[in-house]
Amino acid sequence: MNLNVLILIPALTLLGILLANAKMARVVALAGSFAQLGAGLFMLFVYRGLNDAGHLAFEENHVWFAQWNINYHIGVDAISIAMILLTSVVLVAGVLVSWNVEKQSKEFFFLLVMLAAGAFGFFISVDLFTQFFFFELAVIPKFLLIAIWGSGKKEYAAMKLVLMLMGGSALVLIGILGFYFYSIQAGTPSFDLVTLSHLNLTQEQQLFLFPMLFAGFAVLSAMFPFHTWAPDGHSSAPTAASMFLAGISMKLGGYGCLRVATYLLPDAAHAYSPYIITLACIGILYGAFVTLRQQDIKLMNAYSSVSHCGFVVLGIAMLTKTAMTGAVLQMISHGIMTALFFAVIGMIYERSHTRIGSEMGGLFKVMPFLGSVFIIAGLTSLGLPGFSGFVAEMTVFVGSFQHTDVFHRAATLVATASIVVTAVYILRAVGITLWGPIRKAEFEKLSDARWNEKLAAGILVVSIVIMGTMPFWLSDMIGRTTEILFTVK
Amino acid sequence: MMNYLSMLRFEFLALAAVVLLLLIKVFSEKTSSSLILNFVNAFLVAILGVSFVGCPQGTFFGGMFLNDGTLMLEKRVITFAALLISLQGYTWLKEHSAYVEFYLLLFSVLIGMYFMISSGNFLMFYLGLEMATIPLAALAAFDFGRVRSAEGAGKMILSSAFSSAILLFGLSLIYGSSGSLDFQAVSDNFSSFNLLQLLAFSFLFAGFAFKISIVPFHLWTADTYEGSPVAVTAFLSVVSKGAAVFIFITLLYKVFGSAYEKWLNAVILLSAITMTTGNLFAMRQTNLKRFFAFSSITQAGYILIGVAAATQQAMASVVYFFLIYIFSNVGAFTVISVISDRTGKDRVDDYKGLYKTNPKLSLVMMIAVLSLAGVPPTAGFFAKLFLLTSGASKGMIVLLIIASLNMVVSLYYYLRIVKAMFVDQNETPIHNFQSDFASRLVLVICVAGILLTGFFNTIFEYINSLSFGI
Repeated sequence: MNLNVLILIPALTLLGILLANAKMARVVALAGSFAQLGAGLFMLFVYRGLNDAGHLAFEENHVWFAQWNINYHIGVDAISIAMILLTSVVLVAGVLVSWNVEKQSKEFFFLLVMLAAGAFGFFISVDLFTQFFFFELAVIPKFLLIAIWGSGKKEYAAMKLVLMLMGGSALVLIGILGFYFYSIQAGTPSFDLVTLSHLNLTQEQQLFLFPMLFAGFAVLSAMFPFHTWAPDGHSSAPTAASMFLAGISMKLGGYGCLRVATYLLPDAAHAYSPYIITLACIGILYGAFVTLRQQDIKLMNAYSSVSHCGFVVLGIAMLTKTAMTGAVLQMISHGIMTALFFAVIGMIYERSHTRIGSEMGGLFKVMPFLGSVFIIAGLTSLGLPGFSGFVAEMTVFVGSFQHTDVFHRAATLVATASIVVTAVYILRAVGITLWGPIRKAEFEKLSDARWNEKLAAGILVVSIVIMGTMPFWLSDMIGRTTEILFTVK
Repeated sequence: MMNYLSMLRFEFLALAAVVLLLLIKVFSEKTSSSLILNFVNAFLVAILGVSFVGCPQGTFFGGMFLNDGTLMLEKRVITFAALLISLQGYTWLKEHSAYVEFYLLLFSVLIGMYFMISSGNFLMFYLGLEMATIPLAALAAFDFGRVRSAEGAGKMILSSAFSSAILLFGLSLIYGSSGSLDFQAVSDNFSSFNLLQLLAFSFLFAGFAFKISIVPFHLWTADTYEGSPVAVTAFLSVVSKGAAVFIFITLLYKVFGSAYEKWLNAVILLSAITMTTGNLFAMRQTNLKRFFAFSSITQAGYILIGVAAATQQAMASVVYFFLIYIFSNVGAFTVISVISDRTGKDRVDDYKGLYKTNPKLSLVMMIAVLSLAGVPPTAGFFAKLFLLTSGASKGMIVLLIIASLNMVVSLYYYLRIVKAMFVDQNETPIHNFQSDFASRLVLVICVAGILLTGFFNTIFEYINSLSFGI
């Protein structure tokens, strides 16, 4: 499998959108995203057939800037493959959801695909410079998508989001440059993840680099106290961009925390893990309690994302194989679930013109399809068995509980407690929006989902169910990779 | 004789242009302006073309004039920038009453810069510097009708004279302590700075800081940039700064290279102050030319990272950064010039809603501005990261932290322009218009340069092969 395809398809899609007229842009975008999904599934199929599945595969390494030892080095392991599949699923759904965007639709789809292209490039890069290039590629799409097509205080939210994420990437950049310096001192100047993992940094060097890399990526995954961009950004962004921000962009952060910071600096990860666990637990509970107070269902999902992504950081910081696998599963599960949630919230808003839960009511009677999807997303969020959320959170808890000391177990229990809060806000939201009498007369006339919305929701729901009912093929594959990454050097 | 001509080809050709223009001015007053403009631009292309034929190395005038591949490359970069700016000003100059004089002065400036870059002796260096500075001040006053243009030129000539005086004082101290003005001889004498030499170096450094507009010697920049005609502003921010940086690097590395530790911290400190100050002021600007003045001060701060790192790759990244900076800045200034020519508007607020009426210009402006901010996929990202990486290879971690944070701040104000063009509504937007061919050509070249230069390593490799460190 040639991984360049995963860059080439989005690039060609972008070109196609540029050349297409306003009406055809969405068709090109959809075709491109389906092609990308196909390529991703094919890659999964080939990867699972490999004898040494779990290791880095399909590698390609070209010298890019020899003077700086920058290589175009790409390759995937189980974690990146899972992330790529997640991204392509969300991309397909995002394009479908935005099918009827009328305002500057060509630009909209261009930016959406560009955002995805950055994520794809990020997940396949093995060279830190290349990875950073793709990481930063998202800056402009994010800003413009929110500022132009957003709602509410969109300009403020766009600027805040971009600047906070840029602040995060500034930290990441310092970490990367620090690594380069240490690699020069060790006589093997490199940006390559594989080379750098053999660097044998001293404890002191690791302790210096780790906070930069980890915190930098953690800004993106909305770890408390760096989460404040998330509610503003998610609630102001247009539907597809919210899906993308919460579903994919936050996962870039989690992936970076795991695959770069923790992988390269294992000793420092051990040293800092109590602090990170504490912050993650605060984030999980804080996010959950703040969610309780939200009237706006989009804002509710934005805050609940902060809470759910806390589990990702928690799983990573627990540093056991199971917990880390759980963190990856949680990234995928939350990515799909939150995309579904934002999609369905967007669809409901488009019809009811309100996002305040108490102004809705009885919507299930008029839009049973959307109502069902809303319930499925909710149940996934609160971790009902059979859906992906249960698998992921359960794996994190089991992995965390493998620690036998009081601190880790207490942290696990605190995090677990948040599920109760989650159940409260989800069930309440479902109750006030879907059940009960229809509050406004005009709601009677609302239509249910159209074909594109049904398809988008269908793809996401199927992914959730597959992951929830048959988790082991995925978790075993990811588990092998985490084992290789974090025990074998 | 052939060797002589070949080594001095830039200087001779520019001189020939000056003589030809003088003759035209005297003998054929009636020639149409567009013909002469086309001729001049063709001449600049010819200079560039000729520069690629062979590359003799050697010295002239008893070591006063040097030539090698590196210097040729630097002159090429400068000529290229001058060509772009000349094309950018095409429409403006066609209507201008004194367009021949404009080019007379421009070519004189270029001759001065060529000699300055090629100098092997402080005397030649100073001669070139003055030759490049005084006509430039005249150029800054070329908007005859506007008082601000004259004011900007006045500020420039005064501060230039002041900085030249400081520089000269430094040079005389250098002569006093080493008994020679020859680069090689001075270099041999300056291996360990004594107090007098330190003083001499500081004055020389301060003189340079004026030319490159490094904080705290930047105060003339904003007023001059705002007052000058757009083409001259672009010239000041790109060509003039570039030439000064090139000779600055040569001096630091070749003449004062053995005392690297002595001046390293000064450069690091100034780099941090310059980028931070430039950023803080740029945030508050409403006039685009002033805005780009402060943005160019910030960029000078980044350049100093590469200057401080002082390796072969570091110098290569400085030159590379300049090349990208030419594309980005000239691109942005061309948009400003096209719009202010048509509408007279040059405030950030005037650009609100530009995308609705002039989508192409807005896209070019966005790409240029993002390149200045260092956002991928523009080449500015590569250029800036190379500078930072060169700093990292010397372990300047504090400076890198300051630089990275400054990149975040600068993104804020660059995005303000993007926001104005793409997001904001405007009751009275700039109306749609078709820009002239020359401007469009420049815009296409700049956009192509910004989008393509980064991905291909050949350009950086070529520059690197001609660079040197300490």
